[in-house]
Amino acid sequence: MYSANNTHSQSNSEVTTPRPERKGEGGKSSFFSLFITFAKIGGFTLGGGYAMVPVMEREIVDKKHWLEKEEFMDILVVAQSTPGLFAIDMASHIGYKYKGVMGGVVCALATAIPSIIAILLIAMFFRTFRENIYVEKVFMGVRPCVVALILAPCFSMARKAKINRFNWWIPVVCCVLIAAFGVSPIWCILAAGLGGFIYGRIKK
Amino acid sequence: MIFLQLFLVFSKIGIFNFGGGYAMLSLIQDEVVNKNHWMTVSEFTDIVAVSQSTPGPIGINCATYAGYTAVMHAGYPEWAAVLGAILASLSIIWLPFLLMISVSRFLLKHSKSKFITDIFGTLRPAIVGLIAAAAIMLMSKENFGDPTESVFVFIVSIFIFLFAFVGTRLYKIHPILMILLCGLAGLLIY
Repeated sequence: MYSANNTHSQSNSEVTTPRPERKGEGGKSSFFSLFITFAKIGGFTLGGGYAMVPVMEREIVDKKHWLEKEEFMDILVVAQSTPGLFAIDMASHIGYKYKGVMGGVVCALATAIPSIIAILLIAMFFRTFRENIYVEKVFMGVRPCVVALILAPCFSMARKAKINRFNWWIPVVCCVLIAAFGVSPIWCILAAGLGGFIYGRIKK
Repeated sequence: MIFLQLFLVFSKIGIFNFGGGYAMLSLIQDEVVNKNHWMTVSEFTDIVAVSQSTPGPIGINCATYAGYTAVMHAGYPEWAAVLGAILASLSIIWLPFLLMISVSRFLLKHSKSKFITDIFGTLRPAIVGLIAAAAIMLMSKENFGDPTESVFVFIVSIFIFLFAFVGTRLYKIHPILMILLCGLAGLLIY
């Protein structure tokens, strides 16, 4: 698992090991770079929700190394199972991890600000935005792209999730339940978490 | 007082929303259209459409627009509507934010405990299924065009899909660049 070597001053007495040299422990994490990165994520993702995951993954895991891929997936689960919006939850966690509560505030606001500005401009000056023929053309190109962008990281995530011949059925069952039977993802998360807990107890 | 109402309503929507933006839309509709009559159903539909086609989280987009419209309809000037929009957006964030920070604190402290590693051991495979399901459910007529209506749009969509998939998967093209490229392609082709 990831380590809890937060850079902010918190009495983490149980974690006193020297900072390991590996991904997910963050390179530069100034308030400025946090703000810019999350403003970029908020400002350049169309479609919301899962459509923001590939951009977040590229920026946060691959480029900035603020989270390891495993931790990224863990926070995805947490963000999905707590109230609130994916991207904001993810931003809050990373901000908090590196700069404490203020960091969380900065990252959450950075994610929201491009949205607020864009919507205000449209509401004030450009109410016919949706009827614009060029906007519609752009979106006819963007929509299939977003679907591909959501699907693409599944494969690398599957590797990181250590999917093997014993547990391959977990994602398959989840996927079928949600996509074919309309089961809420929350139930899948609860069942999977409970299953893992029970399995851990039995194995011991 | 419209501002206090906005704050209360959107705080409530924020904390009772599980499952992200799309789930939030029905909550917002219920509060904003049915209960508080801040706008009509067709206005709300426009807001949803705009929220989906502007950058950022859909829940934030929708809250901003709804806050703006509600204050305008209550007869306030535009600067007040801008304040209302910002207030609605922040109201939707703050409670989930506090909750998330508490969860983060717990996770970062106990990330090595057996309890946490057990649970995430099965949750990680599950989230792969969740994301795959999200992608599959988006493979719809709305996103790819209806092949019975226009074969051309459908085939172009399939090509864009494959191009985007291969581009990000094999050639590691940045997703933002990919979105811009495909938007440009749509503009040129259609």
